[in-house]
Amino acid sequence: MNIEMLVSLLLTTMTAATPLLLAALGELVVERAGVLNLGVEGMMLSGAVCGFAAMSLTGSATLAILVAVAAGALLAAIFAFLVLTLMSNQVATGLALTIFGTGLSALIGTGFTGQPVPPLAKLALPGLSALPVLGRLFDQDALVYLALAATVAIAWFLKGTRAGLILRAVGEADLSAHSIGYPVLRIRFLAILFGGAMAGLGGAYLSLAYTPMWVENMTAGRGWIALAIVVFAAWRPWRAAAGAYLFGGVTVLQLYLQGSGLLPVPPQLLSMLPYLGTILVLTLISSGPFRRRFSPPACLGKPFRPPA
Amino acid sequence: MNHVDRRRLLLGAAALGTTALAGRILQARAAGPFQIGFLYVGPVGDFGWSYQHDQARKAVEAKFGDQIKTTFVESVAEGPDSERVIRQLASGGSQLVFSTSFGFMNSALKVAKQFPAVKFEQATGYKTATNLAEYNGRFYEGRAVCGTIAGHVSKSAVIGYVGSFPIPEVVMGINAFTLAAQKVNPAIKVKVIWVNSWFDPGKEADAAKSLIDQGADIICTHTDSSAIVQTAEARGVHAFGQDSDMKQFGPKAQLSSIVNNWGDYYIARTKAAMDGSWKEQSVWEGLKDGIVQIAPYGPGVTDAARAAADATKAGIIAGTLHPFTGPVTDNKGAVRIAAGAKPSDADLFKQDWYVAGVQA
Repeated sequence: MNIEMLVSLLLTTMTAATPLLLAALGELVVERAGVLNLGVEGMMLSGAVCGFAAMSLTGSATLAILVAVAAGALLAAIFAFLVLTLMSNQVATGLALTIFGTGLSALIGTGFTGQPVPPLAKLALPGLSALPVLGRLFDQDALVYLALAATVAIAWFLKGTRAGLILRAVGEADLSAHSIGYPVLRIRFLAILFGGAMAGLGGAYLSLAYTPMWVENMTAGRGWIALAIVVFAAWRPWRAAAGAYLFGGVTVLQLYLQGSGLLPVPPQLLSMLPYLGTILVLTLISSGPFRRRFSPPACLGKPFRPPA
Repeated sequence: MNHVDRRRLLLGAAALGTTALAGRILQARAAGPFQIGFLYVGPVGDFGWSYQHDQARKAVEAKFGDQIKTTFVESVAEGPDSERVIRQLASGGSQLVFSTSFGFMNSALKVAKQFPAVKFEQATGYKTATNLAEYNGRFYEGRAVCGTIAGHVSKSAVIGYVGSFPIPEVVMGINAFTLAAQKVNPAIKVKVIWVNSWFDPGKEADAAKSLIDQGADIICTHTDSSAIVQTAEARGVHAFGQDSDMKQFGPKAQLSSIVNNWGDYYIARTKAAMDGSWKEQSVWEGLKDGIVQIAPYGPGVTDAARAAADATKAGIIAGTLHPFTGPVTDNKGAVRIAAGAKPSDADLFKQDWYVAGVQA
């Protein structure tokens, strides 16, 4: 495998990881606020179809992305109303949201199947994109960079800002946060909206840049992988980025190895590895010395009922 | 369909790492007309396998008008779940049911026994019953035409092939394609990548990208989405579409496409079921009967390629050319088909080896 090929591999990995990373970062913030939203797949599909529809109708990529973000957030708002206001079970509601989003996106997309749209424009980073060999890595569509920038921003937000501290407090000890006067439900509502917006953006990346078309169920399970990445990352943004690149990279790598005929093991074994990693992380955070450091947010999945 | 009542069914629950499947029933209810049920493995909007079956359903509707009513259920998971859906169609009044994926075969057989008055048609498979017929297309014939074009057009002599699952149907397509391409250019190598899915546009595109990165200048596919033609267009190489004409996804890239045309068969079988002449049968037809068609050639097809492809097609239709005429050697060096011999259909359905020049 020569250097050209390695760069190609990395390039494909970056595009494969971007939708996963966008969705995973959104879900990570939601879970840090103490809410488990299993509806990522549904929100991604809604974002994908609405973004595609906007692109197909108006031809404006910016508008398409905004519509996708709004669509994801809108679906998340329904979820937020159900689990925060009506206090429904988060797991069941999240699953329902995925199924609802799958159906809704198919319905909206009926008239858009089989229509091609131009892919998102490439954004060449000045200077870096002129590098020999590696230059190709810095000549991608804006969402690839945005996903990485979002990782930095969310890491800084959670760790370095007062608002981030409050969000984490709400996820770790909702009653205490409430007793010192923070609006737990409002903070969670905003976090859920953010999660939906990011999932919608991840979906739009699929339908606008990755494979610029709409077909039903085109996320093909990526929303679930994003959920796995959040656990794999032990709720840390940097690790989520590493996880998304690992999950995306292994998929791409096994395809490359198949094509080069160098694969010594069945490709399925390679595809399985990231999930084995997730199970390993789950085991580590449930017992043993890592339990305290990497434990999930203490209030994850528990409804908050403000004391009278 | 004049009165349409749409409701959604929950066909698959979701779990971590799996896809949530939502199926949908589009049902037209009224007493009187002959009712026909259709079962699809993918969404009708896949622009591939299921889409073509649905086009055929529409052809039946156009032909018989008010005399018939059709119902379809899409995105049905292969396996036990399909049995429930087939039974639901049969008990809901369908007198003829088309189940259109290999994985529906055992379910169709089971339900056929319980509903002896209903006729069942199973697309691809090998089991039949008194009220269960089986039909399939000789897609390898279309692959041979594509291979002929590829042999002429490829400059790198490396062709990428994105496969779904290594089942005989797909393996036979790869072999027919490779043999035809090598007949034109003996140096042709075919690299195969399995994506282990019939439908995952992102993964199909990734597979195509990695094949292009490894020198392939033509991508062939045996998966159901149009992502591959689109990727080829974006990367400036050529591709063959699958199941339907995918020209709009790659006006420059698409050399041609195998088009599955089930309409004539569905109309004939509906007519037979309505007038009582329906009989159990096992049909495997190709270019000659029009189940397999070749989409109009794209701009990348040279005159020489065009002439050779037309000759291959004509030879197959006339019966003078069999894509698997020996000698055929597999990629481990063993002679699989002796010089001058033609494999039987039974042998084709057992094909689990690759011809020389295939890297899978």
